[in-house]
Amino acid sequence: MSDNLREQLLLLPVYFQGHLLLTLAALSVGICISVPLGVWASQSPRVKRPLLITVSIIQTFPSLAILALVVALLGGRIGFLPAFIALTLYSMLPIVRNTVSGLESVSTSVVDAAKGIGMSPRQILTRIQMPLAMPVIVAGIRTATVWTVGLATLSTLVGASSFGNFIFTGIQTRNLVAVTVGSLASAALAVSLDGLIGLVQGLAEKQSKGIVERKHKRAGAIAGSVIVLIFLAIAYNLFQQEEADFVVGGKPFTEQYIMAGLISARLEDAGFSVELRPGLGSDVIFAATSTGNVDVYLEYSGTIWASFMKRSGNPGREAIRSAVVQFVEEQGMTNLGFPGFQNRYALAMRRDRALELGISSIEDLIPIANTLSTGGDLEFFGRSEWLRLRDLYNIDFAEKLTFDVSLMYTAVQERQVDLITAYTTDGRVAAYDLLILDDPRNAMLPYDGMLLVSDAASSSPEFLQALEPIIGGISEEQMREANRLVDVEGKSVSEAVAYLQGQL
Amino acid sequence: MPSTGGTRLIELKGVRKSYDGGKSYAVAGASFTVERGEFLGLIGESGCGKTTTLKMINRLEEPTAGSVFVNGQNVREQNPEQLRRNIGYVFQGIGLFPHRTVVQNVAAVPELLGWDPDRIQARCEQILSMVGLPLEDYGARVPGQLSGGQQQRVGVARALAAESEVVLMDEPFGALDPITRVELQEEFKRIQQELNLTVVMVTHDMTEALLLADRIAVMKNGEILQIGTPHELLNNPQHDYVKKIVDMPKRRADRLEEIMRGHS
Repeated sequence: MSDNLREQLLLLPVYFQGHLLLTLAALSVGICISVPLGVWASQSPRVKRPLLITVSIIQTFPSLAILALVVALLGGRIGFLPAFIALTLYSMLPIVRNTVSGLESVSTSVVDAAKGIGMSPRQILTRIQMPLAMPVIVAGIRTATVWTVGLATLSTLVGASSFGNFIFTGIQTRNLVAVTVGSLASAALAVSLDGLIGLVQGLAEKQSKGIVERKHKRAGAIAGSVIVLIFLAIAYNLFQQEEADFVVGGKPFTEQYIMAGLISARLEDAGFSVELRPGLGSDVIFAATSTGNVDVYLEYSGTIWASFMKRSGNPGREAIRSAVVQFVEEQGMTNLGFPGFQNRYALAMRRDRALELGISSIEDLIPIANTLSTGGDLEFFGRSEWLRLRDLYNIDFAEKLTFDVSLMYTAVQERQVDLITAYTTDGRVAAYDLLILDDPRNAMLPYDGMLLVSDAASSSPEFLQALEPIIGGISEEQMREANRLVDVEGKSVSEAVAYLQGQL
Repeated sequence: MPSTGGTRLIELKGVRKSYDGGKSYAVAGASFTVERGEFLGLIGESGCGKTTTLKMINRLEEPTAGSVFVNGQNVREQNPEQLRRNIGYVFQGIGLFPHRTVVQNVAAVPELLGWDPDRIQARCEQILSMVGLPLEDYGARVPGQLSGGQQQRVGVARALAAESEVVLMDEPFGALDPITRVELQEEFKRIQQELNLTVVMVTHDMTEALLLADRIAVMKNGEILQIGTPHELLNNPQHDYVKKIVDMPKRRADRLEEIMRGHS
């Protein structure tokens, strides 16, 4: 077994527990809400249409949007709660819809007869309609279960651990083993729960036809108790867990996974317990740190400047640094300091090509730009960086092509384009021996890495001491090398963390 | 023959029913009485108001005006569910509970009334054998495993299980094939006489009404045109419509008699 696979499998119990608990909790609450709503709707035409429309609309919301909205509504809270709420909302449609149609499918002559022999509305519902509608309702629950298991993988993005942690980390760090482990685990869970509920559905079907034998009842009871037991065991286990001293966050790309790993490693070495919440969305992680749900993560000055302060223009690296430091303090966070590398856009070209043309700075491009072709990532030519580049240097290129990031690097290496809009710490800059051109007129926004720390964490001297060596301790070359180990060499994140630890 | 004990078990006084706030009447003034042990047929075309009239007796419908008495008590003053549990009801669509066994279907009303299990068991056994479906052979089956005729036998058994004196029937034999229908009609008549049941049966089949009922009420457009014994209706119809609907079975009977005598 490869080290990589072993490393992934070690994570399996934790992610399994998170995924299953999230799914079962959302489903249980979803059922408790949706079935009564469905009953209500089936009895009141006035409720039915608006309710079905509402749950359908919830369903058509992109799942990521629901997650982000729930986080926002909870005031930046991340972790189990927002994921649980979003998944509960998502589970509602099939259950409500099937409850309504199940109840409506009960023959009117049977309902009339129940009324005619003197059953009360409640008795008609509980003794006649519900048992007869049960197979359809359980089928809805089954559908909701499979959806919820799949969607739970996205909860990684709001900081709830699930099999999604494998998948998102794996995609971003090109770790196919992790992606495979996560996908298979998620699929296996979906299939198992589907089978388990299938047993219940079969039983409900038999019951609605009046043919229940003792062995069916036993099978149903066993399936039911298995679900309840798993649920209780995990919930118990979860509440037994002590809260970690600090929560370390990260965004979903390689450099962030490495830096979150490095921060965690240093805190653990200092004797703290750490909870790692990698792969969070940019808005989510910033809000979560300002509310203290995340204690520390690596942010970039340019992101704060452009995305959170909504500023345009580029007053220069130092001016932006001091502006964003002040801004984060106003938001209730502290900037622990700058590790020393920037991950910004830069024009880069093959070193041999640059030598051949005698180029080391964007200014050198001015006379020949109209003979060169440039590859950009999917958004560069729509960003303010490009507009400034064009206006400040008064250049345009013969060709501007747009690529997926990995294809962009390949294109310059294979000489299909002369220049690309590289990221300064990308491992492929080193791997392909690309030259990053100087930018004397500051067209590209600076993206200084900086450690943002929550209010609570910044008051712990031991915490600050543990992370102190990172400040000013990582150069652009070193970060690039760490990224290269993962992205190009296929090493694991923990190996890249070990490399950086050795450099501090 | 009706046992004319003189007790009016069911009485309708000027009962009217409108579904549109009085612009039109589905039932426009029905008044009649049914004596203990009497079998009353309510006959008319679809939409004439006969089923609505029937449903007002056990409050499945509420009259717009007028009053209904069962056993001398105004039904308005009784809890509708309690009232229905004490009145047997046989439905056109049979309406057996498909997820319950035969014996569970029959036991439904006694259970609602809170009988003790031994009494329920004994009653189910008695009533199921009366309708020709012995409990030991049929009790554990579910409706889906029975023929249409057998299902309606269970329907009748369910209506009679709680020892109700009064039974309402809404085209109970309408959905059955002719042979089963006749069989069941005859059996039901026998049971009715044996238990001295008071029955109101809605039907659109005049032959059925003539053969089963002690008295027949003919309805048209929400009004009762004539109430009388089969003999009175056949020999002294007081409306053209009544004459028309009794004539057909009469002509058929005459024709059958001729055939049997050998004239053709």
